[in-house]
Amino acid sequence: MIQAKQTHELLYFALRNSKLRLGLAVLLLFVLLALVGPLLTDYRPYDYVGPGAQPPSSRYWFGTTTFGQDVFTQFVFGLRATFLVGLVGGGLATLIGVLIGFVAGYRGGLIDELLNMLTNIVLVIPTLAVLLIIAAYLEVRGVLIESVFIGCTAWPWAARAVRAQTFSLRAREFVDLARLSGMKPLKIILTEIAPNMLSYLLLVFILQFGGAILIAATLDFIGLGPTNAISLGLMMNNAVLWSALMLGMWWWFIPPGIAITAIVGALYVTNVGLDEVFNPKLREM
Amino acid sequence: MGRYFRRKLLFYLLTFFLAVTIDWLIPRFMPGDPVQTMLSRAAMRAEATQVIYGYYVRAFGLDLPIWQQYLNFWNALFHGDLGVSLWLFPKPVIRVILDAVPYDILLLLPAILLSWFAGNNFGAIAARRRWLDNTVSPLSYILTATPYMWLALLLAWALGIVLRLFPISGAYSYAMAPHLSWAFIGSLLQHWFLPFASLFLVMFGGWAIGMRNMIIYELEADYSRYLEALGAPRGLIRKYAFRNAVLPQITGLALELGKIVAGALATEVVFSYPGIGYLILQAIQNKDYFLLQGCFLFIIIGVLLANFAIDIVYVVVDPRTRVGMQGEMA
Repeated sequence: MIQAKQTHELLYFALRNSKLRLGLAVLLLFVLLALVGPLLTDYRPYDYVGPGAQPPSSRYWFGTTTFGQDVFTQFVFGLRATFLVGLVGGGLATLIGVLIGFVAGYRGGLIDELLNMLTNIVLVIPTLAVLLIIAAYLEVRGVLIESVFIGCTAWPWAARAVRAQTFSLRAREFVDLARLSGMKPLKIILTEIAPNMLSYLLLVFILQFGGAILIAATLDFIGLGPTNAISLGLMMNNAVLWSALMLGMWWWFIPPGIAITAIVGALYVTNVGLDEVFNPKLREM
Repeated sequence: MGRYFRRKLLFYLLTFFLAVTIDWLIPRFMPGDPVQTMLSRAAMRAEATQVIYGYYVRAFGLDLPIWQQYLNFWNALFHGDLGVSLWLFPKPVIRVILDAVPYDILLLLPAILLSWFAGNNFGAIAARRRWLDNTVSPLSYILTATPYMWLALLLAWALGIVLRLFPISGAYSYAMAPHLSWAFIGSLLQHWFLPFASLFLVMFGGWAIGMRNMIIYELEADYSRYLEALGAPRGLIRKYAFRNAVLPQITGLALELGKIVAGALATEVVFSYPGIGYLILQAIQNKDYFLLQGCFLFIIIGVLLANFAIDIVYVVVDPRTRVGMQGEMA
């Protein structure tokens, strides 16, 4: 009963929050484009469909590349790759971060020290540098593998954040009560601590989602992107490689950048909006 | 305070040790033979391939036992021997990298420091002026969500190609050789501006948002309310709020370094700016794995040094770390 009322209240504030509405609307737009877009085009991303270097027209909506590939086709397939990286990379990073954060925060002591050390080390080493070294030695790279590697290196700050939250929750009475009643640690974490952090975990996931997209874009742009697929970063990489700048082919590199900026920006704004919804102190009255 | 630095130093040494181990480990334990991969892409005659294959197996020391290879790697490292670059054969990797490092410092140091100061000040002002908050904050969100290389591409296209205000490639005019003269310094600055501006703008957005949120949080803290109740002037309260809000921003700088490095690499690629990022691109395109590994090591060293510098600043700024209380762990 109380639960239903709480959900109702959250929904009320969620619908009233303009940041949340804006962020979700932009995200929805791009998700739809990623889902429907590939159905609107008859080509595959690397098909040679017509004359090269054509500006946008009714026939080629976003123009064509130097080689006569359709930019719109590459764009919508690239959007799919972007969301896949965000979902898998961001999801995996959140999962690892949450697990390490829970264990370190709840167990404390030596385990905490060791996990904390590990977290700080991975935090200091620049993610991209490690990914560079790994990706350079892989002959065939897919979007999925890229996402997994990103997930495996992007978790530290999530772990730190979750650890700090777990730390403060661990000292609360209801957790003491659960411990006194003989509950197993895993069960306490899952049934007492995690539900109290659910909103927080959602925020962590959203930020990791955006972070994974940006890392993937950089990696693709430097030339270590997927070898068997298209992505937004790869489009920009190709554009620079084939002097789209000098030739003034703005339609080649502007759309992928707009999409990444809009998606990541929308994620950030959604994050702030959700924070206001979950945290009564931040609500504007 | 001694304890604080000893702990930090130990931590950085351990991190460096692990990073070097990763650098050594990955080429050897990735699927496939790195030497074979490298050669298969460079089309050569069969007998030449044989000779070169033998050279690389010996150069990598691949015919030795694993532990020996590892020790040799460390030994070579301490002698500054990172191998020979394939791309600029026969220049040693260490020379190639040392030639590039000044450009990275020239680009990164001003971009990081200026964006940090400007972003923090702007964020602090935006936190208490509604019209600024309504204009700068949304803009900051867009900037911080922008991929570094895309902003670089936009600036290069708009200011470089369309308006022809700035050159978009290299660190100085190709018609010049590096020497000390006003003309050369002018050319250097002209080429430096666009990469600097794109790095500056993206970072600026992040700092401004962070500072704005921190100030609002601090102004609602108990001590601010108490000062207010005592009738302290608003300027004083804001000063205290700012000093408290700056601490997380310093820690934030340490945490952001990884992302900043990634952004700088991509920006250098856009502008063919001859720093480490540009070297990495060349290393990847030319399958120059020695160079790639060397760049990795230099990035790690740079980031660790920067972290250590931030730790020192933190001790200066936050008195709690000086009297032995546990400060923030970076």
